[in-house]
Amino acid sequence: MTDQTTDTTARPYKTADSAKKTRSRMLGLTSRDLLLFVIVAALTMLAPFILNPFPTNSGLAQFNGGYPDLMQRFVIFGIFAIGFNILFGLTGYLSFGHAAFLGVGSYAAIWMMKLLTLNVIPAIIMGVVFAGLFALVVGFVSLRRSGIYFSILTLAFAQMSYALAYSVLTPITGGETGLQLKSTDTPLLSNLSATEIGRANLFGIDMRASYEMSVGNWLFTFNAGYYIAAAFMLLSFYIAIRLFRSPFGMMLRAVKSNQQRMNYTGLNSRPYTLAAFVISGMYAGLAGGLMVAMDTQVGPERMFWTASGEVVLMTILGGAGTLIGPVLGAGMIKYMENIVSKINDSILHQWFAFMPDGIEDALVFVIHPFIGKGWHLTLGLLFMLVVIFLPGGLVEGGQRIAAVFRRKETKATSVESDAAKQQQHPE
Amino acid sequence: MTSSKFTRRGLLKTGAASGIALATPTIFTGAAWAAAHTGFTNAPQGDTVTLGFNVPQSGPYADEGADELRAYELAVEHLNGEGDGGMLNTFSSKTLDGTGINGKRVEYVTGDTQTKSDAARASARSMIEKDGAIMITGGSSSGVAVAVQALCQEAGVIFMAGLTHSNDTTGVDRKANGFRHFFNSYMSGAALAPILIDQYGADRKAYHLTADYNWGYTTEEAMRQSTEAMGWETVNSVKTPLTQTDFSSYIAPVLNSGADVLVLNHYGGNMVNSLTNAVQFGLREAEANGKQFEIVVPLYSELMAQGAGENIAGILGSQNWDWKLENQLGERYVGTNAFVESFGNKYGRPPSQAAHTCYVQTLLYADAVNRAGSFNPCAVVEALEGFEFDGMGNGPTLYRAADHQCFKDVIVVRGKENPENEFDLVEIVEATPVDQVTYEPNHPQFGGDAASLGDCNPGA
Repeated sequence: MTDQTTDTTARPYKTADSAKKTRSRMLGLTSRDLLLFVIVAALTMLAPFILNPFPTNSGLAQFNGGYPDLMQRFVIFGIFAIGFNILFGLTGYLSFGHAAFLGVGSYAAIWMMKLLTLNVIPAIIMGVVFAGLFALVVGFVSLRRSGIYFSILTLAFAQMSYALAYSVLTPITGGETGLQLKSTDTPLLSNLSATEIGRANLFGIDMRASYEMSVGNWLFTFNAGYYIAAAFMLLSFYIAIRLFRSPFGMMLRAVKSNQQRMNYTGLNSRPYTLAAFVISGMYAGLAGGLMVAMDTQVGPERMFWTASGEVVLMTILGGAGTLIGPVLGAGMIKYMENIVSKINDSILHQWFAFMPDGIEDALVFVIHPFIGKGWHLTLGLLFMLVVIFLPGGLVEGGQRIAAVFRRKETKATSVESDAAKQQQHPE
Repeated sequence: MTSSKFTRRGLLKTGAASGIALATPTIFTGAAWAAAHTGFTNAPQGDTVTLGFNVPQSGPYADEGADELRAYELAVEHLNGEGDGGMLNTFSSKTLDGTGINGKRVEYVTGDTQTKSDAARASARSMIEKDGAIMITGGSSSGVAVAVQALCQEAGVIFMAGLTHSNDTTGVDRKANGFRHFFNSYMSGAALAPILIDQYGADRKAYHLTADYNWGYTTEEAMRQSTEAMGWETVNSVKTPLTQTDFSSYIAPVLNSGADVLVLNHYGGNMVNSLTNAVQFGLREAEANGKQFEIVVPLYSELMAQGAGENIAGILGSQNWDWKLENQLGERYVGTNAFVESFGNKYGRPPSQAAHTCYVQTLLYADAVNRAGSFNPCAVVEALEGFEFDGMGNGPTLYRAADHQCFKDVIVVRGKENPENEFDLVEIVEATPVDQVTYEPNHPQFGGDAASLGDCNPGA
C-alpha cells in the first residue's frame, strides 16, 4: 500500500518533541486533538453560513453549497470516508468494496422504517448492526489475503452484493427501482392515515424541516436533518480520534508498516485487522443508515463499484491517514458532483455576457468540456494535480499554505501534522 | 507540542463558545418549510419561474439525455415566445401564447442523473432546495423515474416523467404529483400482439430473453400475457444480467429449444448486443417448426437502432412516437411536423421519441398551470387529471385521472431493410388505436387494487 502522507509532510517535524503529550482532561483528548475537534465542530455547526457566501441574486450564487441536501451529503460521506480511513489510513488495507456496507446499512435502515417505526434512531442502529455483521463475514474471508488480492476480494464481494440487490433479491431490495416509503407501508409504531406517506423523523422532528434566515440578500437554511447528521459525524470523528490515539490504533499502524515482522514476533495481527475492518464497515453502515434517514430511498447502485472507488478517491484526495483529510475529500467530491455538474452553457453565457460576442463564445467553448456532464473530467484533473503535487492530499496543501504564514519554530503546532507524523513514525 | 499556546482556560472558553454555537440552530428546528405563507413549495417569486431538467448526461443513456435536453431548451424557447412556436400552434389548448407560464418568463436549471437513482435524487433535491424549481422533469430509465417521482411527491413539486417505459411508474409506484406521457410495457405488448399474430401467425412458440431488472420483468410479463392470449406458446424465458455484453451463450440454446420466435426484452446497449449476437448466429435465416424464425424487440428507440445498424432490418417493435408519423399516417398526428421542423431548424437532426415526450411534457405542464391559473401543485394536478388534448403528435390523447398515465395510439415499427440515412432507420407498420392499448387502472400488471396515487402534496 502506498502511503500518501509521508515524506514531505513529516520531514520538517521530525525534531519536534512528541514523546510526551500534555493530556487535557477534556474528552480525553490531547489539547491539539481537542482543538482540531473544536474547529471541525464549529465548521459543521456554522456550515449553513460558510457554504452560502454569495448573495442569492448574484451570478456567483451558482457556487453556493449551503442547501440541506448537499450539506447532509457532506457530513454523511464524511462519516463514510472517516470509517474507510480507519481501515486504509491505519492498516493500509485498501478495501475496494466498501460501498457494499453502505448499501447493506441503507437497506436495513429502510426496512426498519417500513416495518417498525419512522423514527430514524432504530433505523440507523439497524444499519450499523447489519453492516457490521456483513463486514465480519466479508472481512473474515478477505483478510486471509493482503495487498491487491485483498482489494480484489472485497471488490468481488461488493459487486456480488450489487448484482444480488439489482436482480436476484428483488423482493427484498426492490431491484433496480430500489425501495421507498409508500402509502401502503404501515410501520408498527407509527400512526399513519391510509393514504399518508410516512416521513422520517426524530421524535417528531421532520428530517426535512428547515428554518430559513434571510439577511439582506443572503439566505441561510438551517435544516433539522443536517444537524442530526452532523451530530453523528462529530461523534464518529471523535471516536476516530480516540481510535487513532489508542494502543489499538498503534497496533494497526504497525500492521501497515510491517505486518510480516509483526507475525514473526509471534503476534497474530488478524484480530486487529478484522476489528478495524468491522469498525470501518460499521461506519459505512452508519453513513448508509443516515442517507436513508435524510432521504428515504435506496437503490442498488449505491453498492456499485464506482461508489466504492469514490470513497477511495475521497480519502486520498483529502489525505489518507490524517484525521480531517477524508472529510475534506468527501466534501470536495460531493461539491464537484452537485455544483459543477449543474453549470450549463446558458449560465456560462450569462457570466460572460459583458464580453464581446466572439470572445464570449470562445470562452464558453473552452470551458464547456469541464462543466455539466464534464464534471468527471474536472474532478479527474483535480485528482491528478493533488496526487502529483500534494501527495498528502488537501491536508498537505493546507499545511503548506499555513507554513508560509508561520515562523519556522511554530510550524510544529500545526494540528494535522501530528496525525501525519504519527502515522509516519509508529512508535 | 511544547509550543502549544492553548491553556486549559482558553480551551474551556472555546468549548463553551462552540457549545453555544452548537445549541443555537436547534432553536430553529421544527419550524415549517420556508415560504409557508404561499401555501406551496417554491412558489415563484418575481417575474420568472424555474423548471428543473434532470436528465442523464453521463452513463449508458447519455445520448438520450442529450436529446432530451435539446427538446427542453426548445420548449423553453417556445414558451417564452422565441423561435417558431413549434407545437404551440397545433396544440388543442390555446392558453400558451409565448408569454411564458402564467405570465412569468421561463428559466431552467439542468442536472445530471447519471442514470442512478441516488444521483438523480441529489440533483433533483438541489434543484428544489437551492434553485427553487417548481417542477422537475426528465429521466431516461424507470428506476430513476420512480425514485425522482417519489421525491417530488415528498417535497411537494410536480414531476413530469421523461422516457420511462416500465409499468411501475404509473402502476405500483404511481404518485399524485407525478405524470407520464410516455407509453408503457403493457401498451407495447397490447399493440404488438395483434400485429405479431397477423404477420407471423397464431401458432408460434416464443423464447424470451429478459434483462434482469424491473423494466425487463414488466415487459416480459406484458409480452407473454398479450401473445399467449392470442394463441402463442411461451417455450422458455431466460433472465440475462444487465451488465452482459456477450449474449452468445444465451442465444445458442434458442434454436434447439423448439421455439420459432425470439423476444428480446432488452433496452439500450443490451438490446444492441443481444440482437447483434442473434443475427450473427443466423437466427434471421433459420427455420424452425417449418416456419421462418423471427425476432421481436418490444421497445424500439432510434438511438438503439443506430447502435444495432443493419441488424435491425425487418425486426418488429413498438414506439411512443416517430418523426415521420404525420407524413405517413396523416392529419391525425398533427403537431409532429411542426415539432420536427422546429427541432430540425435548431439542431439539424430529427428528434428522437425521448425528445418528443420531454417537449410535450413541458408544454402540458405549462398549459395546465395556465388553465389552473396557479403554480400550486394541487391545482396543476387537478388541471391535468382527465385532460383531453390533441395536436401534440400522438393524435387525441387522454391524461387519465386514476393513474396519471397518457392514453394514445402506439406506433408499431419495423427496422428498414435499406435505410437512406442514419435518422431513417425504421418504417411505420401501423398505429395501434388507443382503445386496444387501454387497460383498467387496477390491472394486475399495475399493482392491482393496492396501487393508489395518494393525495397531492403541495409541500408547505
